[in-house]
Amino acid sequence: MIHSYALNGYYIVIDVNSGSVHSMDRFAYDMVNRFEQMDREELIRTFTDSLYPNIPREEAEECYEDLCTLRDEGRLFTPDTYEDLADTMKQKSAGIIKALCLHVAHACNLNCSYCFASQGRFQGERALMSFETGKRALDFLVEHSGNRTNLEVDFFGGEPLLNFGVVKDLVRYARSIEKDVRKRFRFTLTTNGMDIDDEVIEFANKECTNVVLSLDGRKEIHDRFRKDYAGQGSFDRIVPKFQKLVKARGGKNYYIRGTFTHANPDFMKDIRVMKELGFTELSMEPVVCAPDDPCALTAEDREIVCREYEALALDMLESRREGKPYTFYHYMLDLKGGPCIYKRISGCGSGTEYMAVTPWGDLYPCHQFVGDEAFRLGDIWQGVTNHAVQEQFAGCNVYSRPECRDCWARLYCAGGCSANAFHATGSVQGIYAEGCELFKKRIECAIMLKLAEELGEPL
Amino acid sequence: MKHIQTVETRSLCESAKKGGCGECQTSCQSACKTSCGIANQQCEN
Repeated sequence: MIHSYALNGYYIVIDVNSGSVHSMDRFAYDMVNRFEQMDREELIRTFTDSLYPNIPREEAEECYEDLCTLRDEGRLFTPDTYEDLADTMKQKSAGIIKALCLHVAHACNLNCSYCFASQGRFQGERALMSFETGKRALDFLVEHSGNRTNLEVDFFGGEPLLNFGVVKDLVRYARSIEKDVRKRFRFTLTTNGMDIDDEVIEFANKECTNVVLSLDGRKEIHDRFRKDYAGQGSFDRIVPKFQKLVKARGGKNYYIRGTFTHANPDFMKDIRVMKELGFTELSMEPVVCAPDDPCALTAEDREIVCREYEALALDMLESRREGKPYTFYHYMLDLKGGPCIYKRISGCGSGTEYMAVTPWGDLYPCHQFVGDEAFRLGDIWQGVTNHAVQEQFAGCNVYSRPECRDCWARLYCAGGCSANAFHATGSVQGIYAEGCELFKKRIECAIMLKLAEELGEPL
Repeated sequence: MKHIQTVETRSLCESAKKGGCGECQTSCQSACKTSCGIANQQCEN
């Protein structure tokens, strides 16, 4: 299977199953798109007689042979031979857990109306995780990590800095056992910024491999949703704190993470504000909410968003030329050192190698299922006891979803987000079609950017 | 090739032989927390 598209003057061909990416001129692009429908003679005659009468036959033959060479080298029209690997990976990683989303606070000092977590409470009561529960969660992670060395813990909420003392104590505990258990903990922190101070900055910059800072862009957009309980917007209070934290981090290993909604599908205006504020590591995500929610993206919004994704890619190219580069999370593709085929077919690992832990120590498949009792997997003392639910997640891969089988982007998204699929279709084995549409546009833009970076101008 | 340029990419077929170590970052931990970013991950090995 190939996927071909034109963007920003590039004629791009992706060989889905090998991962190869080609930039072609219009002539080769037209030929590759007819390659499987016609035999050699018919194709060359069609090109030289009607489509490109000014191109000599010898050149058409040469182009055809080049396509044959790429096919024979396994870089075009490569067959999909990976389906059996899904079971192999499932068996290899059975019972292994390597990442936890630690809900250290089911409480928040903001009252964001679009919050998927019901203002941090996850449909339940306010709560803070105790050190004892957090310590047990870390021990649980180590006990179930098998031969994995890299263990990941994200401090999440709610607002995790409402429980900063426990966060610090947990990191201190993890560092104290790392050597003995032969593991490497990687901590990340997701925060709204309200409680950032010098101590938090020093801690985050010493201990966190990444910090995610919530900022929606334009002040009026940000403050529309991200208010405190007195109804006051938070923009003016958090921006200076984010700037101070980022400067102290040397401008690396963070993401300014915004949400776009029905109020701002034209999110490039928000990206520009982030740039003007001095931020260079950026991420903007579509809102997660019910389709009938007033802030949900409409079909018209998604068309705007797709145009914005293209505008973003062009702006990134222009900024790079001007010596002011910035990054966008979803455009950070590593074509040479990206994930292996096992990762690409098996997905994010939610419910199997990745779980969320509530302040009470309950286990859920990921942070987006917390609060839905039907998805409770067990707890950090007894382990996973709801094997039926875990089996649903273990069975998620690109071959378990019929819609993914014919999709060119399946080895970039690995079947997509189970939580989004569940909320859209009622099944973790479903797909979130609207999300797929945006994802595919992002990948097309990201690959165009990589081509421009690697090859320069289009052919 | 006059009409075609190919970018160097990791061969997914080759990665089937020795991949699957499971050490790479869990995608949802990295930035978005709401939309899967497998493609944005890097291989540890």
